Amino acid sequence: MSEISFIFDDNICKGQQGEPMAAALLRSGLLSITNSTYHSRPRGVIGLGVEEPNALVQLVSGTQESMRPATIIEVAEGLNARSLTGIGALPELPDEARYDKTNRYVDTLVIGAGVAGLKAADKAIQAGYQVLLIDDQPGPGGHLRHLGTGLPVALRDVLTNNKLTYVPRCTAVGLYDQNYIVAVERRSDHLGGAAPAGRARIRVWHIRTDRVVLAPGAFQRPLIFANNDRPGIMLSHAAATYVAIHGVQIFKRAVVVTVDNQGHRDALRLHQAGVPVQAIYDVRPAAGGASVDAAKAAGIPIRFRTTILDTVSNEEGTLQSVIIQDLDTNEIVETTADLLAVSGGWTPIADLATHIGIKPKWSEEHAAFLVHHGTDQLQTAGMLAGDFGGDDDPAVFFGPALDDEQARHAYIDLQRDATLHELRRAVGAGLHSIEHIKRYTTIGTSHDQGKTSGMLTIGALCQLNINSQGGNSGLSPADVGTLSFRPPYVPVPFAALAGRERGPLSDPIRITPVHQWHVEAGAIFEDVGQWKRPWYFPKQGESMEDAVRRECMAAREGVAVMDASTLGKIDIQGPDAAVFLDRIYTNMFSTLPEGQCRYGLMCKADGIAFDDGVTTRLGKNHFLMTTTTGGAAGVLAWLEEWLQTEWPDLKVYCTSVTEHISTIALVGPNSRQLLQELVKDIDLSKTAFPFMHSRMATIDDIRVRIARISFSGELAFEINVAWGHARYIWERLWTLGRPYDLTAYGTETMHVLRAEKGYIIIGQDTDGTQTPYDLNMSWVVSKKKEFIGKRSFRLPYLQATARPQLVGLLPENGEEVIPEGAYITELNAHPDEHGKTSHTGFVTSSYYSPTLGRAFALALVADGLNRMGEEVAVPIGKKVLHATICDSVFIDKENIRRD
Amino acid sequence: MLYIPCPHCGLRNETEFHYGAEAGVAYPDPNALADSEWAKYLHIRANPKGWLAERWVHFAGCGRWFNLWRNTVTHEIGPAYLPFTEQPKAPGNIGQEGPKA
Repeated sequence: MSEISFIFDDNICKGQQGEPMAAALLRSGLLSITNSTYHSRPRGVIGLGVEEPNALVQLVSGTQESMRPATIIEVAEGLNARSLTGIGALPELPDEARYDKTNRYVDTLVIGAGVAGLKAADKAIQAGYQVLLIDDQPGPGGHLRHLGTGLPVALRDVLTNNKLTYVPRCTAVGLYDQNYIVAVERRSDHLGGAAPAGRARIRVWHIRTDRVVLAPGAFQRPLIFANNDRPGIMLSHAAATYVAIHGVQIFKRAVVVTVDNQGHRDALRLHQAGVPVQAIYDVRPAAGGASVDAAKAAGIPIRFRTTILDTVSNEEGTLQSVIIQDLDTNEIVETTADLLAVSGGWTPIADLATHIGIKPKWSEEHAAFLVHHGTDQLQTAGMLAGDFGGDDDPAVFFGPALDDEQARHAYIDLQRDATLHELRRAVGAGLHSIEHIKRYTTIGTSHDQGKTSGMLTIGALCQLNINSQGGNSGLSPADVGTLSFRPPYVPVPFAALAGRERGPLSDPIRITPVHQWHVEAGAIFEDVGQWKRPWYFPKQGESMEDAVRRECMAAREGVAVMDASTLGKIDIQGPDAAVFLDRIYTNMFSTLPEGQCRYGLMCKADGIAFDDGVTTRLGKNHFLMTTTTGGAAGVLAWLEEWLQTEWPDLKVYCTSVTEHISTIALVGPNSRQLLQELVKDIDLSKTAFPFMHSRMATIDDIRVRIARISFSGELAFEINVAWGHARYIWERLWTLGRPYDLTAYGTETMHVLRAEKGYIIIGQDTDGTQTPYDLNMSWVVSKKKEFIGKRSFRLPYLQATARPQLVGLLPENGEEVIPEGAYITELNAHPDEHGKTSHTGFVTSSYYSPTLGRAFALALVADGLNRMGEEVAVPIGKKVLHATICDSVFIDKENIRRD
Repeated sequence: MLYIPCPHCGLRNETEFHYGAEAGVAYPDPNALADSEWAKYLHIRANPKGWLAERWVHFAGCGRWFNLWRNTVTHEIGPAYLPFTEQPKAPGNIGQEGPKA
C-alpha cells in the first residue's frame, strides 16, 4: 500500500492506494457526503460495497461516470470525484475508454471468492474440473478481507492451483437459462494514471458453464426507526471495518443496536479499535454464544429487550444522540453517540438465483430468505445456502412500532427518500403485492435496486399484517414473498455492453465493387439495410432536387448508369427448380424459356405479397433469382424453410450469390448504342435481343451476362459481371459514355423513374397487408397452378371491397410534392367530437417528375381502383391539399419506350 | 440465453438460431379446407405452457431446420430431432393449451 492523493469536491484528500474512497473520506472526518435526492437531508456512508444507497459520487476524472458508490471506488493517484445529490448526469464528451468482451466456456464457474466460494472451487478442482472463480472484490476472502485476517493456508493453495482461474473485480451481473452468465470485470480504473495504455477499462465476460456455484455472500440489513438516515448511522459490519481495518478514528462514542450476534462481534471490534461503545442494545430477550460472551467479557454493557426508536442530530445534521426504547416497559432513554452501528440481520444475495426464476425461501431460524439449490447444474453455497457460521441467532425484527410522525422520517429506501409513511400510504391505497408497492413507492428502483431496502419493505409489510393475498393472517416474511430481481445486479455502463461495436463497427457496412468510384464522384449515400448506396450524384453547387432532375432527364432522354449490385441474388439449381419456383411465385416459371427473364411476385401463405424481382432461366434446371436489396436474406430463408420442412422430395439447391455477381444498369434511349460499342460478340438490336431476354457476351475478354430488364420503363440493359470485374466495366462504360453525356444516378432517381411507371417497391408501397390484387397486379397471379398464398385470396376479408388499393395520385398543385406517409381523407371529411378525422388511405411514394413537369404520387386508397378521377383531400398540418386519384402508371402506358 | 443442440453442429447459443413456431403443423392441401380451417392453419397455434415441440433454424451455422422439445415455462431444452424423423418422447408432460384468442 502506498499513500496517494485524490480530489474530492475540489479538496485534496489522502488515501491508501486501492482502499475504498468511502474509507478515505471517513478518515478525513467527512461524515456527511451528500444531500439526499428529494428531502435534501444530509447523508453519509452506511455500507461497505454495492449495497450503498447514500454515498454516490460523480467521477470528474476519466470517463466521468455518474452515480458510483464511494464504497466501491478504489482510490488511485489522479482520481477526481465530487459528491452527487440525486440523479447523475451523463458526461458531455464521448466515452473514449476501451471496452472489451470475451466468451468463455468452463467446466465450473464459482461466483464469489469468499470462504464458501473457495471451498466450492476446491471441491470442483478435486473432482477434476477446470474452474473459473470470479468475485467483485479486489481480492479473495470475502468477509475475511473486512476482518483483516488472511486466508487459511488450504484456501490460499486453491488460488494457485493451475486448474483455477481467479478473476477479481469481476461482478456477475446476470444469470440466464442453461448456465449462461454475464460478468463485468473492472480492469483499469483502480490503477488511476498508472493504468497501462490501451488496457480495456471494462471487460464483459460471456460465460457458459456446466456447473455454477453461487456463493455471493450477504448484505447486512439496516433497521427502520425514526431519523434512521443521519450521517453517523452505519451498518455495524461496515462501521467496524472502516474503524478497525481502514483506521477511521473519528468516532468518540458508539452505540450498537442489534438483532443478532453480529452486532456483538462488531461492538467488540469497535471497542478493540479504541472506540468507546456505550452499550449494545439487543432486541432479543437474551443471547448466548461466543460473540456475546466476548463482548460481555470486554466489559461492553448489553441491554436486552431494547432497541432504537429515534435519533437526534447536531447543527451539522450528523448524529448527536440516540433514543432507545425498552420493549417491555416502553421506557425511553436518550444517550449521546456520534456513531450508531446497526445490525439488522443478514440478507443473502439472492439476485442471481432469482434471475432464472428460483424463489428464495424464508428461514425463520436465519431471519432471511435463503436459496437451497443443489442440482448438477446449479448450487448455492455459503450464506445464500444458510451457512451463517453458527453464531448469529437473529431475531426476526425490522424496527420498533412507529407513530405517523415518526414514520415520516423512517427511511426504507435512502436513495429514493422513500419512508415508512409512504409505504403505509401505499397499503392504505389498497396495494398488497410487494411488486405493486415497489412501483407505487419507488422503493428499490434506484441504482442499488433495493439491496438494503427490499427486506425492510417486506419487514414493514409484516408489521402491517399484510400478506400477498391482502389478508391479515401472516406476520412472517414468508407470507409477503420476495421481490424478484432482474439483471443487471449492479449498474453496467452501456459503453461496456457495446464493447468495440461502436461507430463504424456498430454494424457491418456492405459496399459494392464500384463504391470507391461513387465516393470519388462525390455521391451522397443512403443506407439500405447494411448497404451503402449512392443516393444521388450532385455536381458542384447542385441541390438534391437539381441533381435528381438532371439524372432523371438523362435516363429518359439520353443514357444513364446505376450500380444495382446490391440487388439480392439467389442461384437456384436442381431438377425440380422450375417446379419449386412455380410454388413460390404467384406466376408461372416452368414455362419460361431458357435465356429469358420474368418478373415474379411472392406471397406468404396468408396471401400477402412480401418480395418481388426478376428471375432469369439460365438453363433447364438453373435459375438466377433477384430479390429486393433488403429482402435477400429473408427470401433465401423462406426458400430454405419450404425446401427443408415441407418439400424435402424436391431436388433444389439455393445459394446466395449477391456478392458474387455485380449488376450495372445502363438506362435510356442511347443505352443500346453505347453498349454496342463495348459489346462486339452479340447483336443488341431490338429484333436480335428482345425485351426480357438474357445473353452471355464479352466485354474486353470479360464474360458478362446482359439482360434486357427495365426498372424505369426506358430501354435498358442490366450487365451482370463477376464482382471483381465490375469497377472495370463501370469505368469502361464511363469513358466510352463521355460523348453520350453518360450520367450516373442513384437510388432517388431510381425511385422517381420506377414510380413514374407505377412499379412498386415492396415495403414502401405496401405495408404488409396487400395482396397482388390490392396492388392492381392480378396479371401476375396464375390461375393455372397452385402456389403459396393462393388459397388465402378466397378468404372473405381479402375479398372485401374497400380494401386499400394501390393507385396514382395527382396533386392539384403540380408544384407541391405531398409528403410520403401523409393521410388521405374524403373531401368532405370533418373531425368527429374527439377532433379525429377518419382517413381513407395514405401516400406511399411521392416525387416531382421532371418528365411530367409536375408532382405525382402513389397511394393506398380504400377501394381506390374503383375511384379513378375522384378528388380526395390530404391534410398536412393546418393545410389541406387536394389531389385526384388516377392510374398508377404515369408515363408510357403502352410500353413503347423500353424497346 | 438458451443453449440449443443443433443436430448438425452441437450446442450453440440462441443468438445463432431463429425460431420457427410450433413443429408438426404440416402444410395442408389448401383446396381441401374450408375458409375457417385454412384460417386456423394460418393463424392458430396451441401456444401451450410446458413442453412443446418447436421448429428452429440454425441460420448462423449450418442453415438447417430442425425440431426441438422446449419447456415454455422453465425454458428447459429437450432433445432435438430432424424433420421427417420419428419424434422422441417429450421429456415431461406436454403443455396444456393456452387460452384461445
